Amino acid sequence: MATRIYVPCDTTALSMGADEVAGLIEHYAGIRGVDIELVRNGSRGLFWLEPLVEVETATGRIGYGPVEPDDVPGLVEAGLFEGQSDHPLFLGPVADIPYLKRQQRLTFSRIGITDPLSIADYRAHGGFDGLDKAVLLSPQAIVDEVKASGLRGRGGAAFPTGIKWQTVHDEPWQQQKYIVCNADEGDSGTFADRLAMECDPYMLIEGMAIAGLAVGATHGFIYLRSEYPVAHRILEEALHRAETEGYLGNDVRGSGRAFHLEVRLAAGAYICGEETSLLESLEGKRGLVRAKPPLPAIKGLFGQPTVVNNVLSFAAVPFILSQGGQAYADYGMGRSRGTLPVQLAGNIRQGGLVELAFGVSLKEILEDFGGGTFSGRPMKAVQVGGPLMAYMPESKWETPMDYEAFGQLGAGIGHGGVVVFDDTVDMGEQARFAMEFCTVESCGKCTPCRIGSVRGVEVIDRIRAGENREANLVLLEELCETMVDGSLCAMGGMTPFPVQSVMKHFPDDLTA
Amino acid sequence: MHMSEQVNQQRGGSAMPTAGDWTPDMVRDEADALKHKPGALLPILHAVQNRIGYIPEGAVAIIAEALQQTRAEVHGVISFYHHFRTHPVGSKVIHVCRAEACQSMGGRALEAHIKARLGVDYHGTTADNEFTLEPVYCLGNCACAPSIRVNDDIHGRITPQKFDRLADKLTTATLAIR
Repeated sequence: MATRIYVPCDTTALSMGADEVAGLIEHYAGIRGVDIELVRNGSRGLFWLEPLVEVETATGRIGYGPVEPDDVPGLVEAGLFEGQSDHPLFLGPVADIPYLKRQQRLTFSRIGITDPLSIADYRAHGGFDGLDKAVLLSPQAIVDEVKASGLRGRGGAAFPTGIKWQTVHDEPWQQQKYIVCNADEGDSGTFADRLAMECDPYMLIEGMAIAGLAVGATHGFIYLRSEYPVAHRILEEALHRAETEGYLGNDVRGSGRAFHLEVRLAAGAYICGEETSLLESLEGKRGLVRAKPPLPAIKGLFGQPTVVNNVLSFAAVPFILSQGGQAYADYGMGRSRGTLPVQLAGNIRQGGLVELAFGVSLKEILEDFGGGTFSGRPMKAVQVGGPLMAYMPESKWETPMDYEAFGQLGAGIGHGGVVVFDDTVDMGEQARFAMEFCTVESCGKCTPCRIGSVRGVEVIDRIRAGENREANLVLLEELCETMVDGSLCAMGGMTPFPVQSVMKHFPDDLTA
Repeated sequence: MHMSEQVNQQRGGSAMPTAGDWTPDMVRDEADALKHKPGALLPILHAVQNRIGYIPEGAVAIIAEALQQTRAEVHGVISFYHHFRTHPVGSKVIHVCRAEACQSMGGRALEAHIKARLGVDYHGTTADNEFTLEPVYCLGNCACAPSIRVNDDIHGRITPQKFDRLADKLTTATLAIR
């Protein structure tokens, strides 16, 4: 019988040489006459171990990593094909790796285990159970289940998903409605959407199809950032296969109801992650933000009622439908229910995906999972939630991962990205970059964002040059307030947050 | 230089851009194939850029006509999005991530090194037409920073030394095809 070997095919594994490793493994298997079946699985999300090669044995899947192409001959020599332990890269049973074992993977339960494009694999691990259940439920019952889960939008705004669906559900049904997935994951330090799409694409498809049944939408779009070529390739193929097998199309799982889904490629504008800008872009226009109201739930894509959710929000739905909303709500703390896929990134020794119930402290994630910085130097600052969120000093790292707890600090969880910086970082430069980024990515519709960010860069440059420092610090504070209060959307409204956090927590860096 | 154009032609439509010729029919084909879609402009622009390598100025009127839109509207959309370019690029486009996670791992020094090594700034193309350099804000490879993208391949944990080896290899690869 062929020995099954797994070499991941997600962006990170590929970026670390997975294709070459896979090729060499096949090459050496040929030379040795070993019969292998090479599976290109998704990543487990343990990125510091990529490429993580797994071998199926009688005692489970044995891991080796990180495997560089040069390691392959030695690994084969040491008994890779038999799952032998006599090699420094031997990790033992993958399921027992503490980083993985300690997680609560509700959404990401399949990643790395399955072949992302295999519908049979997906079904064998509980996939499409939620959709099969939803087909038998009334639309209102589906919405109720999502409400019961307490799921809040995982894109960053944390708006209750069930309420949004209810609004679209309650709009008259004799009209076109849309389901739109925001897959424009632009925040630095985030990659959970990408992992979901590359490693378990049917989960997103299933979540969106369930949303379609719940609100009476027959058409959906995945607005995918153009920076994700691997996700694009995988999604296109997954959509094709799902349609062929009757999970999408004119008659979803024999329900008699239609749901068509297509990928639309974005074009490199960060602002299009903002939902109204995204809708403009989908309509074929410049991605200028719209004033709200009207809400997209009432007048969204092409003026029709539209559910716009993040990838992770849709991805949580199959579990909620198959296991029940309560099973999801049983995890978490306060008003933050369920699990949060934390993405540990930047200067961190063990970066990757850490899905845990809300409530775990940032410090536990940084230390117990992250294992300190990659450089080995002391940690200085952590930016949670993307480029529009605060830099947190060590004194705040005890904060539990909870929307409200972070909100009280003037910080946010956002999309769950955690970027770590060691003590070599110049926080003044980070503050400047926040403003600079806004000058590049502002859509230009409102003045505080368009002009404020340009002035912000200038004022910070003057402060750093020691020019009229006291007066310019006051000016910067006022400018930040104007942007926060006067901008049309979160781009200009939140760009000041990292700047203000530097002024508050790292003032010496700004004036050094 | 002209040889790398030839390489691209051999690879067909999916290959990266060439400074080579385009014809109005190419643009019309792509526009006609997609114009029935709701919100067709972005898909059409992607298709044109994938086929020709960039969006020639002369394509604007053709696309506008196909969609019954004004040229100003089409031009406005092209100029809004960083991804769309209106000039030919080198045979490989290198995107360097400038975002925070890469900054935390020496991304700024890497940026400076790459610019010096290639002798171009962002949006520039090397004199031999091999490489065009572009900034990007996040490739979603943030746990293995710093990252760059060469055409559709992402490379993680890039150091200045690794970049030099990669650049040598990419240049040699083109020579080898010649």
